[in-house]
Amino acid sequence: MLEVRDLSISFRTGGGQVAVTRKLNFNIASGERLGVVGESGCGKTVTGLSVLRLLPESHTRIDGQILFEGRDLAHLAEPQMQAIRGRDIAMIFQEPMTALDPVFSVGEQIAEAYRTHFPVSRAEARERSIDALARVGIPLPGRRVDEYPHQFSGGMRQRVMIAMALICEPKLLIADEPTTALDVTVQAQITDLLRELSERAGTALLFITHDLGVVAEVCTRMLTMYAGEIVEDAPVDDALVRPRHPYTSGLLRSLPRLAKHREALPSIRGRVPSPSEMPPGCRFRARCDHALPACAGEQVAAEISPGHSARCMRAAELQLPGVVA
Amino acid sequence: MTEPAPGAAQNERQAAPSRPAIPSGDRPAYPPGEGPTPLLSVRDLRIRFATQDGAATVKAVDGISFDVMPGETFGIIGESGSGKTTLGRALVSLLPPTEGSILHDGVDPRSLSDSALRVHRRDYQIVFQDPHAALNPRQTVLTSVCEPLEIAGGLPRAERERRGLEALSRVGIAPEYAQRYPHMLSGGQKQRINIARVLTVRPKLIVCDEVVAALDVSIRGDVLNLFADLQREFGLTYVFITHDLSVVAHVSDRIAVTYLGRLMELGPTLAVGEQPLHPYTEALMSADPLPLPSHLRAQRQRIVLQGEIPSPIDPPSGCRFRTRCPSAQPRCAADVPAWRELRPAHWVACHFSTRDGPPARPPQQQAA
Repeated sequence: MLEVRDLSISFRTGGGQVAVTRKLNFNIASGERLGVVGESGCGKTVTGLSVLRLLPESHTRIDGQILFEGRDLAHLAEPQMQAIRGRDIAMIFQEPMTALDPVFSVGEQIAEAYRTHFPVSRAEARERSIDALARVGIPLPGRRVDEYPHQFSGGMRQRVMIAMALICEPKLLIADEPTTALDVTVQAQITDLLRELSERAGTALLFITHDLGVVAEVCTRMLTMYAGEIVEDAPVDDALVRPRHPYTSGLLRSLPRLAKHREALPSIRGRVPSPSEMPPGCRFRARCDHALPACAGEQVAAEISPGHSARCMRAAELQLPGVVA
Repeated sequence: MTEPAPGAAQNERQAAPSRPAIPSGDRPAYPPGEGPTPLLSVRDLRIRFATQDGAATVKAVDGISFDVMPGETFGIIGESGSGKTTLGRALVSLLPPTEGSILHDGVDPRSLSDSALRVHRRDYQIVFQDPHAALNPRQTVLTSVCEPLEIAGGLPRAERERRGLEALSRVGIAPEYAQRYPHMLSGGQKQRINIARVLTVRPKLIVCDEVVAALDVSIRGDVLNLFADLQREFGLTYVFITHDLSVVAHVSDRIAVTYLGRLMELGPTLAVGEQPLHPYTEALMSADPLPLPSHLRAQRQRIVLQGEIPSPIDPPSGCRFRTRCPSAQPRCAADVPAWRELRPAHWVACHFSTRDGPPARPPQQQAA
């Protein structure tokens, strides 16, 4: 359904062109739930925004293709893009309070999302908004539809965002850190809801997060991003048990959940290279325990087992630890 | 349990890398008057704030008691609105108790004169969540690091700077960073500088309020390791406040679980994590997303709580947790649960918990 081909995104800044992502390639099939993990600055949020063309056009350069049902979103005219945005592809964000307008009732905002794409009366759009609120588990939806965002708690606001995003029954939902601002007991409610809604309606999910636990709970496949590149693409269970890229393995091993009580936590030495001094070849090699001189050469993403690829020339030979010892 | 002399544990810690036995539970495991004095002793602490319009009172902390022993890492876990940050600030005298008391090594800081309090404060320090906000953007790293010593007074500038550089080197910040400004540093480096800052005054206790929440996963481990190393080296006592179960479970000797300004449970880390006594703790632990493959996750039963934490302006009567508790009974609305020690050093505030665990959940709740 979604095919991203050689997607490179760069920003024009005062100091020149800064490359944010480099030659991303990935697919999302209908109904699939793809997690994108990586640390701050790896390009995961920008990738999500680029699919909906929400990056500032005057400052952004997009190369490559974003094929959605055969049409290239990277080069689609804006009116056609508007017809897709919210209708076929919708998005939810980390902070629901800033994404909702404080001066309109939640019902008006959900109805607007629907009426933008479907020619229905206000009354019918309101009915649909109430249904949508009910579907995302908001109690007394007939009453709450007329309330304003500040009258909702954080978890309930995120439910409103999800109701708004799903009102047009999109084929793809992009969720950027949707549970990061929520408490853990509320996070569990929202991740369960997203998984259920995706399973029931066959909505594909592009789930952007830094939390590997959330990916394991929600997603079927996982992309690991590092310094603007995809370094690993695998079914979630494979990536957790048998990671093929040293960075994925390092991320998994650094989780305190997996370490013995009070033992030193394994960590990844060094830090991410800055975009202006990106080394050639493998971008992780200065921090990698398995690096060889040849890692300075161009690394290609190679398939190691069916559906599992890694951008590391040693991927097939290395035995890297995952979450299970 | 054998009974070490108060000084023995201290020497033992410096000699061997293994940690001394720390008396667990709400009270020290010593006969009255014989054990070491708790470094922190909190009794029936209540902290209330007026709302902005003055019409109501927020009960941020509403009757909390516990002790923290020297050399211990005491974890406090809670969701937003549980009062954990207010509690942390009160522990280092940044907020006055409305009622109840906080004793530092047996001393009530409120009884001290201003000048004595300034000296006293050095021993009880706090590191905050946001490493960027905690540093002055217009001061160099070294100036920020030396500031606590300047406030404490009594040392010449050269000696302050020497100690500042020493602290920076101890947290792994190279000397060439000393003259840089915060915006030139990464989040992990800034948090190390905040740690160096409190080290300069050689505190006894550090309250760590969400100290790794703003850091990336790969850096988080390094900073947690640094805290552990410093504890061994300087015999520090930590109060680790966080919403992150995996962090608190990893670093703490004991864990206190807070909910709406009260303690729900307190006990040794492994017992609280693996065999909790309170239904809230059980739900909290089960909601923690585990990075495990599906076949290992399936064995785990997930309890998804309904709703969210109520307002601390008008908390529920009786048990605070009853409005979200899958096992709530009529009695829970009527009576505040007693604080009971159901297992050795393992305390809980629930009418129906037994030493085997929380009360059974009615089956229909599990489908939610």
